[in-house]
Amino acid sequence: MEVYAEGLREAIRLLVSLDPQVMDILARTLRVSGTATLISIVIGVPAGAFLALRRFAGRNLTLSLVYLGMGAPPVVVGLITWLTLTRYGPLGFLGWLYTTKAMIVAQAVIASPIIAGFTVAAIQSVNPKIRLQILALGATQLQMLLLLLREARLGILAAIIAGFGGVISEVGASIMVGGNIEGETRVMTTAIVLEVSKGQTELATALSIILLLMSFLITFVLTLQQQKGRSAQ
Amino acid sequence: MRLKRILTLLLVFALVLTVLAGCGGQSDKGSGDQAQQPQEPKEKDIILATTTSTVDSGLLDILVPDFEQKTGYNVKVIAVGTGAALEMGEKGEADVLLVHAPSSEKPLVDAGIVTNYQLVMHNDFIVVGPKDDPAGVKKAASIEDAFKAVAAKKAIFVSRGDDSGTHKKEVSIWKTAGIEPSGSWYQKSGTGMGATLNIASEKQGYTLTDRATYLAQKEKLNLDIMREGDAALLNIYHVMQVNSQKFEKVNAEGAKAFVEYMINPETQKKIGEFGVDKYGQPLFIPDAGKTMDELTK
Repeated sequence: MEVYAEGLREAIRLLVSLDPQVMDILARTLRVSGTATLISIVIGVPAGAFLALRRFAGRNLTLSLVYLGMGAPPVVVGLITWLTLTRYGPLGFLGWLYTTKAMIVAQAVIASPIIAGFTVAAIQSVNPKIRLQILALGATQLQMLLLLLREARLGILAAIIAGFGGVISEVGASIMVGGNIEGETRVMTTAIVLEVSKGQTELATALSIILLLMSFLITFVLTLQQQKGRSAQ
Repeated sequence: MRLKRILTLLLVFALVLTVLAGCGGQSDKGSGDQAQQPQEPKEKDIILATTTSTVDSGLLDILVPDFEQKTGYNVKVIAVGTGAALEMGEKGEADVLLVHAPSSEKPLVDAGIVTNYQLVMHNDFIVVGPKDDPAGVKKAASIEDAFKAVAAKKAIFVSRGDDSGTHKKEVSIWKTAGIEPSGSWYQKSGTGMGATLNIASEKQGYTLTDRATYLAQKEKLNLDIMREGDAALLNIYHVMQVNSQKFEKVNAEGAKAFVEYMINPETQKKIGEFGVDKYGQPLFIPDAGKTMDELTK
């Protein structure tokens, strides 16, 4: 029990004193995972909408692959990204390995299928009659799409929350492609791994508490956003 | 109306995206700016592949910022096991290596994959284990006999099992002892030294560790030193450049600067003083300029 108490005390101390190193890591974590989530929304939502609404050959296969991607192990994604970005790898000329750019790429690869998969489910669970109704009222294709997305927004926000939760808690890919470099690519999860391997369990516990707290706050805000529309109806 | 609102939302969204992306670019530049002060190296980033002990002990937290400030380079420290670090060197994925497995380093030196091979420092490996020493490791005549005693007793032994410098050393001792360890008593942790010590402490097993990592964590561990000072337990660190003649993307100037920094008398003094305030003894003994023969005598 003592360990938890000490971790909690340390977490409060770090937060109250606005410890510059912790704040730096926290800001970087948000920037990396936030950017990766935004990229994943840009990729995942349209891809999900397309898969939900269009019928084409190989659609079920594509859909299964997306669902498979939802559970892709982050270390595997990390390894593939690492191999692609190494100096003598196919995209080595970019010089992105061991930078936050590489971490964003890996995290976007992890979150995109999650967001796409949930978006498919969200749009398909909208009553199909609504689609006919919208078309009957003379909407263009784009208008219909936007209205459908609006109808499915509860599910799409859930998709975004899941995608963000997936990448902010992820450590395997981040440590592999980022290298856990102090002041450059160290994020909350990789910092926790390092502190554990250093034997600094109080600090590791404190960082874990801060990470959970931050994830909770963000998820809470997104949930408020999601449920706001709901109570108005 | 609705369409307008959705469009506004999309617009806001796009704005947020640009701002976030912009932030990313800016702070990347920011970290580069600090490094610009002294002079302007052509290629600022250096990738240093090293063993976990130099990072877990805190040594590089002192040396790397000092080096960056003096030279203007930006060091990316990748802490992996020595095996993985050497592998990165062999593929030209790192610029400079700081590792501790001389027998595995030799083939790379001979093949010309690494150059400017310099002895930096040493400390020693120690065998730690449960206080009551169930296998009688303390009274064994030699380190090989100690390992034999552990195997005979089937006392728990936690191995790194990760091809690190420490693991290579452990394997070489088993080999000289003529034992191929296997069975439920021989457990491979597959993690760094710090984590392995924790496992050994929890399971009350023996393990081979570098002294620096053990001292850094001693208070939290339920393990005592069982063996130290055996000649076979010397832990020697070398620094070396990855050959830019073989790998054109290697930052040769940066790597050279780092090697020179490590063997510079001022740095050597810092290495010798590191840890004295906290543990009452140095964690590493500086050795620049000495030869391997002088050390192993």
